[in-house]
Amino acid sequence: MNITLDADKCCAAGQCVLIAPEVFDQRDEDGIVVLLDAAPPADQHDAVREAAAICPAAVIKVDE
Amino acid sequence: MSPRRIAVVGASAAGLAAAEALRRFGWTGTLTLVGDEPHPPYDRPPLSKQLLQGAWQPDKLHLRAAEQLDALGLDLRLGTRATGLDTATRTLTLDGGERLACDGVIVATGVAARTLPAAAGLDGVHTLRTLDDALALKERLSGTGHRLVVVGNGVLGCEAAAVARELGHEVTLVGREALPMARTVGTEIGELLAAEHRERGVQLRTAAVDGFEADGDGPARHVSAVRLADGTRLPADTVLVAIGSEPAVGWLHGDPALDTTDGLRCDAYCAAAPGVYAAGDVARWQHPVHGRHLRVEHRMNATEQGMAAARNLLAELEETLPGDEALAPAAGRERRPFTPVPYFWSDQYGLKLQAYGVLSGADRSETTVLDPDARKAVALYGSDGQATGVLAIGVPPRQVRGLRALIATPVPWEEAREGLHNARA
Ligand SMILES: Cc1cc2nc3c(=O)[nH]c(=O)nc-3n(C[C@H](O)[C@H](O)[C@H](O)COP(=O)(O)OP(=O)(O)OC[C@H]3O[C@@H](n4cnc5c(N)ncnc54)[C@H](O)[C@@H]3O)c2cc1C
Ligand code: SF4
Repeated sequence: MNITLDADKCCAAGQCVLIAPEVFDQRDEDGIVVLLDAAPPADQHDAVREAAAICPAAVIKVDE
Repeated sequence: MSPRRIAVVGASAAGLAAAEALRRFGWTGTLTLVGDEPHPPYDRPPLSKQLLQGAWQPDKLHLRAAEQLDALGLDLRLGTRATGLDTATRTLTLDGGERLACDGVIVATGVAARTLPAAAGLDGVHTLRTLDDALALKERLSGTGHRLVVVGNGVLGCEAAAVARELGHEVTLVGREALPMARTVGTEIGELLAAEHRERGVQLRTAAVDGFEADGDGPARHVSAVRLADGTRLPADTVLVAIGSEPAVGWLHGDPALDTTDGLRCDAYCAAAPGVYAAGDVARWQHPVHGRHLRVEHRMNATEQGMAAARNLLAELEETLPGDEALAPAAGRERRPFTPVPYFWSDQYGLKLQAYGVLSGADRSETTVLDPDARKAVALYGSDGQATGVLAIGVPPRQVRGLRALIATPVPWEEAREGLHNARA
């Protein structure tokens, strides 16, 4: 799995961090998404797929 | 036997989320996605922000790239309206007269902008709901020195007023509420927003709009002023009517099994009838935790509810189509009540407002202004002694995320107050 972000679309909703805190974080000052792990281990894949699906700004792209 | 089919009506945030989730959760049968707009699914929040401002081009609003849509294997019908649904036979009718027999239907038709009858046929008067609306308003506001009157001081009106001001236009924001967004966020947050808009040079008026004045005749009739109920005339060459919306349920009226009062009424599973589910702005469902019907016009809810409706529809079909090849076996497919913590945000100038939980219908609220000049504040909302919602403005989003846990389920008012104090300390 490989994750890419279109971070300038991010509206800082923080849903990705709620769902997959080991893979996503938010910048302190403006809440913009930060990628902690672009190729997370298998046990994170479901959470990442869900975060990508739920992100309200279509920021997260997953290639498998 | 005709092939198995699920139809999703409404090709926007909720409809797309439902379609994707149906595939992810195992639907291999035909998946029809019907949308009356000609565009592939796009995102609406940027319409009143980055698009109107000119920072983003329309293609940046596409929710999925073409290859991501292709991968879903959709029977995609864009520029096509659904005109009826017979829930007894689960038959969907399209505007060309085509009738589609379905195993399941997800209604995600959203809401449509409300307008004023007096605006009909008047050039220069706009609404803002679709990409086409936004492009028309943006075109209208190209160049400088326009006189814009925004009718309606809710979220949408406030955002558009902010952008138009930043573009250098003369802006008057007229609303029936005394303060911007006050009906949603209460007086104190409304006061902070009012101060910000005033400081940026927006004229604020509290008034009912009576009608418009126009120059010219026939199709060339162009708005020249907005008339208020007290007789005042606000000169304008452009008007944005942002007075709320109506759920897009007109096409469902024929079916007596459906309750379409203020959206399509659903149970806790987002089901409106057997095999018929709803999601997004159009759905009014029974929130089990809040114990009442909610209809939430927020972007986040559209996706979450689209996914929930898809899951629950498949769980229902699993019982009626056991072993059918259209429904690949999957673990953990069961109907679950939809119990989200609602979330919304709004951007005005450099300010971000974020809220979790339920603010509407609050019988009490308490606002703590942390820094009046920076328009920094947090507020708590609740009813019947319980706190149900929390809002922050001017607070870094990462910090706000911590507040979600406070009201994820309604808690006694004092407990939430204390939690909020500790979070700020
Ligand atoms: C300008 C603007 C700014 C916003 N900003 C924010 C924000 O900052 N934060 C936030 O939380 N929310 C915001 N929202 C709200 C958010 O965009 C909505 O909650 C979300 O778009 C709802 O998605 P939906 O799919 O339920 O409905 P919609 O996006 O309304 O989509 C419904 C689709 O169904 C189509 N349709 C309707 N009837 C039919 C029919 N009979 N047949 C076929 N198709 C049909 C419609 O044309 C439309 O394309 C904003 C909305 C607007 C308009
Ligand atoms: S969910 Fe999406 S919009 Fe929200 S912080 Fe994560 S990437 Fe940004």
